[in-house]
Amino acid sequence: MTEFLTPSPSHPDMVQLLNPEGERVSHPDYEFSPDRPEDEAVRGFYRDMVLTRRLDVEATALQRHGELGLWAQLLGQEAAQIGAARALAPQDFVFPTYREHGVAWCRDVDPMQLLGLFRGTDQGGWDPAEHNFGLYTIVIGAQTLHATGYAMGVQMDGLVGTGDPTRDTAVVAHFGDGASSQGDVNEAMVFAATYNAPVVFFCQNNQWAISEPVDQMVKVPLYKRAQGFGFPGVRVDGNDVLATYEVMKAALKRAHEGGGPTMIEAFTYRMGAHTTTDDPTRYRVSDEVEAWKLKDPIARVEAYLRRGGGASSSFFSKVEAEADELGERLRAGIHALPEPDPVALFDNVYSELPPELREQRDGYAAYHASFDLEGASR
Amino acid sequence: MKMTLAKALNAGLRRAMEDDPKVVLMGEDIGRLGGVFRITDGLQKDFGEARVVDTPLAESGIVGTAVGLALRGYRPVVEIQFDGFVYPAYDQIVSQVAKFHYRSGGRVAMPMVVRIPFGGGIGAVEHHSESPEAQFAHTPGLKVVACSDPLDAYWMIQQAIAHPDPVIFLEPKRLYHSTKAEVDVDAAPAPLFESRVVRAGTDVTVLAYGPTVKTALTAAEAAAGEGKSLEVIDLRTLSPLDMAPVFESVRRTGRAVVVHEAQVNLGLGAEVAARVAEQCFHSLEAPVLRVGGFDTPYPPARAEEFFLPDLDRVLDAVDRSLAW
Ligand SMILES: Cc1ncc(C[n+]2csc(CCOP(=O)(O)OP(=O)(O)O)c2C)c(N)n1
Repeated sequence: MTEFLTPSPSHPDMVQLLNPEGERVSHPDYEFSPDRPEDEAVRGFYRDMVLTRRLDVEATALQRHGELGLWAQLLGQEAAQIGAARALAPQDFVFPTYREHGVAWCRDVDPMQLLGLFRGTDQGGWDPAEHNFGLYTIVIGAQTLHATGYAMGVQMDGLVGTGDPTRDTAVVAHFGDGASSQGDVNEAMVFAATYNAPVVFFCQNNQWAISEPVDQMVKVPLYKRAQGFGFPGVRVDGNDVLATYEVMKAALKRAHEGGGPTMIEAFTYRMGAHTTTDDPTRYRVSDEVEAWKLKDPIARVEAYLRRGGGASSSFFSKVEAEADELGERLRAGIHALPEPDPVALFDNVYSELPPELREQRDGYAAYHASFDLEGASR
Repeated sequence: MKMTLAKALNAGLRRAMEDDPKVVLMGEDIGRLGGVFRITDGLQKDFGEARVVDTPLAESGIVGTAVGLALRGYRPVVEIQFDGFVYPAYDQIVSQVAKFHYRSGGRVAMPMVVRIPFGGGIGAVEHHSESPEAQFAHTPGLKVVACSDPLDAYWMIQQAIAHPDPVIFLEPKRLYHSTKAEVDVDAAPAPLFESRVVRAGTDVTVLAYGPTVKTALTAAEAAAGEGKSLEVIDLRTLSPLDMAPVFESVRRTGRAVVVHEAQVNLGLGAEVAARVAEQCFHSLEAPVLRVGGFDTPYPPARAEEFFLPDLDRVLDAVDRSLAW
């Protein structure tokens, strides 16, 4: 069972293209071949990861200052998310959990909207169809079924195997190692296999489901589950953005071409707490965290770029400045988020407001107005 | 000893486990972490991993395997992490847990407790603040109770565990750490399936359970300042309902207001109002009024104060009742 928590760096079953020291390594099945010059692609990944981390750090700080009710941190999972998201074609559709801030970033969802959700001013203010990025899903695993159904629809629409890369469409279902226990996730895999749906199950194995370590719940490496459902499973070093990008690209290609589902296990680590209400010191040792720090997904890309001259020092300071700007924008924007209007409680429960609920709404509006009048007359 | 509601439940669980070796706790994060609300804090350390079981993250699996354990003679006590996550287990609870005794012609008992932290007011994200009690109270074969104070909770959890039928045990999460009271572990407990008057009064009977008991008591305090005397009854048991003390009270006051956080439409208040109307028709000076959540999904955190019945909305209903 040790391979769960301490896979050797050159584990034969774990795809890696950039090692923790920031050195390129080769793999028999995967090769780094981005759609633009290599250094440019890697700089892009670096920028995405740094900005995503800044978003995470700022949001965590905002929660500490009482501006957010909660924040689900992604610290340590930047490479898994950016690699997976940057491999997508524009028409691909993503079903996230509640921690996919890096994927949201790549899908151009305004980070302020993520803050609104965790501040509690709304429940997810973006239009999924506009970003091809679904709403965050808090009930564990539910979205994997939605992804599979959506993928079945894509197939019914004839949008796989057309040979046209601008039309072929795949769907991604994000979930965690803990989620893999849910009935929904297992049912999603059964459906995906049965209908050969163009879906990629992207599991970020961050080693912990709140306080429960993965090896307590999972008795074979997660990626091996896929085989039991009848489709391939791959384990990738989730702290290696290059490898994650390539493994995801291959799985998406398979889906696009009509090859059906793939499961990817991105082997990574949740560096922070489960959420800002969690206290990980109650269940895990700091040695473990320290060991994973050495595998930091951003540090290795930086080392690679610096060593190989793939980026000038002005590039790094430019990204840093951008991150500061983003932080500034988030801090300034938080108070500009609109406070919910009491009467808006009744909006969007249905597409047409039933008379009974209209009555409830009007009664409540009048009740509120009576307070305003009292206040005014005082 | 003074205890919070959370501590009292912890102490109650501990005592139940000491008293009966067949009691087994199951749930997500309940072992090492002691549960996300720390209700099972320290129990795994003292009773071991076989009796305080950190389960895989699968609610249908948790409840479904608890059914099997109950069939094998154990007394599983299941923790659902938050109200909104009970639905993956809903099928097991309403189709299996609730019906085993009936289906087996009384041969099979299902002594199981499903603990659910319920209700809002903690500023959480969606699915963390719901009040699903009516869904279970509507299901024959289940018993549903809600605690509201530490002393009561200490005993209720033990009684629920010792009870031969399946009990849905609702814990008002926003009171876990905000209410503290003397818990006398030697005092004789009140029976589990009885409601009780928690504040005597003469003008209006206010019926509440779980988190709204505190709201109702605060309202009664405020109303007293205005010369209105509210009697507050903590229903405690939602299925079966214990209506005798309610009828007795309403016959005296002639007025009743039911307060719960759950949506009003087809909520528990509807049942209570119907029964009061049937039994106390001639004593009523006003229709039974209901104060609750609106018939909308639970809103985002910064709107929850609008959704939840607060002091003002309870007092407003009291005034409407008195003005009838
Ligand atoms: C159905 C359901 N049960 C319980 C929870 C509470 N909960 C939220 S996150 C979590 C752990 C999830 O772990 P994992 O799937 O590994 O994802 P991670 O959070 O580590 O990314 C739990 C138990 C939930 N949201 N939904």
